[in-house]
Amino acid sequence: MGNSNKTYDVVVIGAGHNGLTNAAFLAKSGLDVLVLEKNDYIGGATVSRELEPGWFYSNCSYVCSLFRPEIYQALDLGRHGLEIVPLQGSVTFSQSGDYFGSYHHSEIRRREIARHSQRDADASIRFDADLMKWCRLIRGMLLRTPPDPTSFKPRDFMEFAFLLKKFHELSEDQIYQFIRFFTMSIAEYLEEYFENDLLLAHFSGGSIIGTGLGVYSPGTAYVLLHHAMGDVDGNVGSWGFARGGMGAVSGALASAFQAHGGEIRSGAEVAEINVSGRTATGVTLASGEVIKAKKVVSNLDAQRTFLKVMNEKDVPPDVLTRARNFKIRGSSGKLNIALDGMPKFPTLPEGSPLTLGHMHFTDTLERLERAYDDWKEDRWSADPYTDTLIPSQYDPTVAPPGKHMMSVFVQYCPVEAEGGWTPEKKDAFGKTVIDQINDYSPGFKDMIVHAEVRTPKELEEEVGLTGGNIFQGELTLDQLLFNRPFPGYAQYRGPVRNMYMCSSSNHPGGGVMGAPGANAAREILRDLKRTDTTPEDFGDD
Amino acid sequence: MTKNLSAIVIGGGHNGLVCATYLASSGVKTTLLEARETLGGGLSKQTLRDGTAVPGLIQTHHSLNDKIARELKLQSTPCEPLPTTLLSTSGEHITLMGDKVSGAGVSARDISEYRAFREEYLSYGKALKSLMLNTPPRLKHFDWSDKTVFAKLGLDLRFGLGKAGLNEFLRVAGMNLFDVLEERFSSELLKGGIAADALFGNHAGPKTPTTVLPMLMRLFQETGSTASRQVAQVDNLAGQLAEAAKSAGVEIKTSTTVHSVVMDNDKPTGVMLENGDILNADIIVSNADAKTTFLKLVGARNLDGMFTHRVTKTRTNGDVAKFFATFDATPKFTNLSQNASSGRFLVAPTLMYVERAFNHCKYGEFSEAPVLDIHLTTLDNGKSLLSANAMFAPYNLKQGWEAGRAAFEDKILDILSLYAPGIASQVACRELWSPTDIEKSFHIEGGHWHHGEMAIDQSFMMRPVPGAGQYGTPVPGLYLCGAAAHPGGDITGLPGRNAAKQILADLKGRR
Amino acid sequence: MHDFTKTLAPSPFYDRIVAQSQTQNWAHWNGYQTPRVVDTVASEYFAVRSSCSVMDLTPMEKYRITGPDAKAFLNRLVVRDVSKLKPGRVTYVVWCNDEGKVIDDGTVFHLSEGVYRLCAQHHQLDWLRLSSIGFDVSIELETHDVAALSVQGPTSYSVLTEAGISGLETVKPFDIVHTQLDGFDITVSRTGFTGDLGYELWTEPENALALWDAIFEVKKRGLYDIRLIGLDALEMVRIEAGFIMPGWDFNTAETVIRDGYDRTPYELDLGWLVNLNKPYFTGKRALAAANKQPLKRKMVKLILDGNKVPSGSFIFDRKDGKNIGAVMAHSWSPILKRAIAYADIELINGQVPKEVSVEIYYQKELAWKLHWARAEVTDKPFWTPKRRSITPPDAY
Repeated sequence: MGNSNKTYDVVVIGAGHNGLTNAAFLAKSGLDVLVLEKNDYIGGATVSRELEPGWFYSNCSYVCSLFRPEIYQALDLGRHGLEIVPLQGSVTFSQSGDYFGSYHHSEIRRREIARHSQRDADASIRFDADLMKWCRLIRGMLLRTPPDPTSFKPRDFMEFAFLLKKFHELSEDQIYQFIRFFTMSIAEYLEEYFENDLLLAHFSGGSIIGTGLGVYSPGTAYVLLHHAMGDVDGNVGSWGFARGGMGAVSGALASAFQAHGGEIRSGAEVAEINVSGRTATGVTLASGEVIKAKKVVSNLDAQRTFLKVMNEKDVPPDVLTRARNFKIRGSSGKLNIALDGMPKFPTLPEGSPLTLGHMHFTDTLERLERAYDDWKEDRWSADPYTDTLIPSQYDPTVAPPGKHMMSVFVQYCPVEAEGGWTPEKKDAFGKTVIDQINDYSPGFKDMIVHAEVRTPKELEEEVGLTGGNIFQGELTLDQLLFNRPFPGYAQYRGPVRNMYMCSSSNHPGGGVMGAPGANAAREILRDLKRTDTTPEDFGDD
Repeated sequence: MTKNLSAIVIGGGHNGLVCATYLASSGVKTTLLEARETLGGGLSKQTLRDGTAVPGLIQTHHSLNDKIARELKLQSTPCEPLPTTLLSTSGEHITLMGDKVSGAGVSARDISEYRAFREEYLSYGKALKSLMLNTPPRLKHFDWSDKTVFAKLGLDLRFGLGKAGLNEFLRVAGMNLFDVLEERFSSELLKGGIAADALFGNHAGPKTPTTVLPMLMRLFQETGSTASRQVAQVDNLAGQLAEAAKSAGVEIKTSTTVHSVVMDNDKPTGVMLENGDILNADIIVSNADAKTTFLKLVGARNLDGMFTHRVTKTRTNGDVAKFFATFDATPKFTNLSQNASSGRFLVAPTLMYVERAFNHCKYGEFSEAPVLDIHLTTLDNGKSLLSANAMFAPYNLKQGWEAGRAAFEDKILDILSLYAPGIASQVACRELWSPTDIEKSFHIEGGHWHHGEMAIDQSFMMRPVPGAGQYGTPVPGLYLCGAAAHPGGDITGLPGRNAAKQILADLKGRR
Repeated sequence: MHDFTKTLAPSPFYDRIVAQSQTQNWAHWNGYQTPRVVDTVASEYFAVRSSCSVMDLTPMEKYRITGPDAKAFLNRLVVRDVSKLKPGRVTYVVWCNDEGKVIDDGTVFHLSEGVYRLCAQHHQLDWLRLSSIGFDVSIELETHDVAALSVQGPTSYSVLTEAGISGLETVKPFDIVHTQLDGFDITVSRTGFTGDLGYELWTEPENALALWDAIFEVKKRGLYDIRLIGLDALEMVRIEAGFIMPGWDFNTAETVIRDGYDRTPYELDLGWLVNLNKPYFTGKRALAAANKQPLKRKMVKLILDGNKVPSGSFIFDRKDGKNIGAVMAHSWSPILKRAIAYADIELINGQVPKEVSVEIYYQKELAWKLHWARAEVTDKPFWTPKRRSITPPDAY
């Protein structure tokens, strides 16, 4: 328990992966850091929960690839128990009884693309090279603080100069193509490369995950990068499971933090950030306990930070307006399913490795777009896009022997179903998803031991993600880079002195990346004139 | 320097006329070739099946950019400004006139917010002036003029808008109309109307990201002067532009269809007409859309492979149909006074109405409940003419327009009947131009209002495609001067003017 | 359905190749399993240079190009003028992207009037189809539908004649003939990637084994030695012959990530292929502009002193001088008794240097050593035997 007379160097609100990353770097530099978590368990949306005895659900985030390897290395997370196992391939089932399998082996994948379209197999070479150009550019910006475009400070000028230099490493045509990529819809972008409907549907799915956008919405091509620029051991675009579930990520971060002398208190909900004379002085817990700190860091999303835990009088009116207008609508649901055995997918040949990867059941762009149309009307998609995985095939620790655990990410699911969520509606939503899987896996329903159905509502209530938005703020052009969370506040500093933000509401945004946490730590250490413990980008080569 | 040089302008739409006039005024011997009998493209008058003379594709517009009107010494016949009435089934219509909103159901807050909104967005439009009135700068290998444009743009944005203004501009520039309008207004009708007005001609709904951009482009037209802040009826703009061209010395040939651009040693030397005649010129300027220009007139054989591919991939399918109906007596709209009934009316009651209308066209269906931009006029013979832009009506209608035409006309009349009960039974004659009809009769690939989507990836230096975004094209001596070039569609004359400036600068060897 | 259990596809000659392979040392080539070494590299190399070698050419990318605009399409595609390529003739080509950077190289076969085959190093269907907009042309992948063997070496003419293929005495380099063997159709072209006398034989996959057996029957009869060779021996002879490999010696334009890592034909010493006087082709304007600029870098051929092979070596203008480039391909040439290499170097004061210094790291009993070798820059193929081009070829 904290000593009430004690003044911490830093108190971090929220033990999600960014809060822990932030705290770990601060503790590493020798600061006395306390992390406060409202739940009884840490991790935020990076958790493994045993909701059915024997099964451990990564019931929010469920795969790991964006996590910056620089942070992994700098915090020595391997020694703190983290193991990321690369997962293999993906498949989209078609309604006609066929499928497209994106095998992990490039030659087999190529032949499979060619089975659907010989031309597309060749076009994928051009596509992969182009995507890698954009990955290169964006990755170089992840572990940096965005410059303020209205500022005349030398640091902002330097940072802009850096960005311009990065841009000018591209040819003139590549610059235009990058801008086009950044502003186009995934469907239209892909249609410049591919012709086959099934392939188009398969490749575009990643671009809508977590967004309030459809495959034809401009800006979604860029979102693809949030799902494609990650890597596991240098294999760009591949995904991994954290052994033991996503809780292993937060567990390792917590362990690293504590090894540097940090302190974590769970079950400690922050009611307010205390401000005195336009300077943050600490926090008051829901219990009424006051904790003093020289710096306060919020790992809550921008709306919670500015509208909930900050007192309205401490926030300038224009910031309040900006916070209210911050776009943070959730669009994703999740089913976590305990299974009695391994479901069969008769479409796939015997022994197919494709069940080891991401499974999707949406085979055309039109179906993807129509799924989005439902969400715009505050309905869950009648024919949803799902990202279905069975991690227990790799990781024996998440299900009892011979049993399996399935994670089904569902796009789209509204924040409020028309007229508000009820248990019946939640069940109906879950049934929609289960029925879809059952269409491709007869008998699937009968294998279900337990299923947890999560809508944005649960994400909001349990984890504290406003609107259940998994990115803690939509990844649209108006909320990226120096606009994230909003103009003038993109450098991790809050509206009062000694107050900082480190959540995914800040650049570079959502995904289990750790970058906002590390970037905020760098800014705090900079203000304290302490040695920077955060890592630099590995660079290009 | 420009003496003894000759240019051929292909296409006598308003931009072609503007461009030709500038060229001729600077001493370039300029010939303008128009395939149709009349000049003005979408501005030219048309005749319906029953013989009724109607304004063409364009029924109302913001007048031509002031600078061009001045530079071309167009007679300033003051256009009659038109109020825009947003129709409500409840009869509580809202009228927009310049910065003013009026109507029974409008709150005082919306009224003041509308004024502030206009002021703010007009200031953004104004800040873009150096970008709109110049050749878009290249993003690498800057030359002197690119640097000038960038410098001016930067200064206008930073100091014209101020720190807060620039912050907000950089935020909203990438946003959708839905969120922007939801942040500001409470009246559903007002929001629906503003969104619809900005979206006409685009393949986008209010929830489509980056739809603030087309609104800014449209508002820019209003920044020239107070006179241009109004929506005006199409007068005889085509005639005025033709007169200006003629008096500048442009040789105009109508009913003259160009078959192809004649190339010699990879350079254009002239054009071949459909009748086989060849006309020679030093410079060829195309007012046609990019696909027509590059794929038909120039041909892939004279172009690079990837460039050709990119041209084919530009999004140029139109979503707006034109609907005409004549009436023996002026149709009666609920709760509209008689004099107000000759004006401009929008049917876009809510943002979601517009969004739902858009949903259909993503799948090759026309809107179940279309968005309408209606204009009522009284004809010389005393009859009434209703002309309407109706969206969304996709070029690639799944059932095909021959099969779908009557059904869509019925949909339009169903919607009109909600605001003017009984109107369907009073129709004397009706006619619909689908995007496929517009493609055919106005020679615009895809029948697209703006000769191609006005999305960021097809705008500015990337319009119509990178490599042809500075009016010049990969083919030296061939230029674009139409809506396919920056800053795109609508009746601005800016592509024509900017192209002419670029051509003249090139001829003088400045660029 | 899709066979996910096999990474690589077998070629129609697969059973025979497996049977002959002493080493079972495989590589992959365009998705096919192909031998890297069959027996020993030395024996395979000398099969090419002194007797007769056989190599499975099936994996090479092949496209059939037909239709009224086939010729116009090809001439717009490649930098060389192929409009005058007569039926029955083959020519070497490269093609570029819009910026004039080389995408790939290959050969155009004018099989019969208006029917072409384009052979390419890499997968090109996307680029070919993309380039066909505006042309009335059909482009079909036929890699898997044509079985091909390359028969190369001084006795190749004699071997094929003995195998029953008649009429080769009049076939000049880059000629194509359509003939028959044991009742099935084959096409023979006097082409190859070895710089030696040699032929390439093309037939339908169902005839593949009969073709193979007819050739190796000659060996069984004790007339000539015939050896199956793998990619390692081919690498030696193709370097000696002065052929380059897109994707290995230089980046193919479509796969380049970073600006400036792709190459124009001029930079690859292939400027002689570029015809700026023919009708427009993709990259022409860019190449015309590049041709007006002084060349900054070039792929050059190096003949090294000494016996060390420059694997992964940097090139310097002189020992411990300025780093001007790196070796892209290298070999020991058994014929020349020389180390030879291709190097991508920056020009010095606009000139190709006459000689350079090569920094070679090599192992002596596992200990790493550094050696500086002087290298002469040459612009001719390292080795060109007369027998390569005389018609009729010498009979043995």
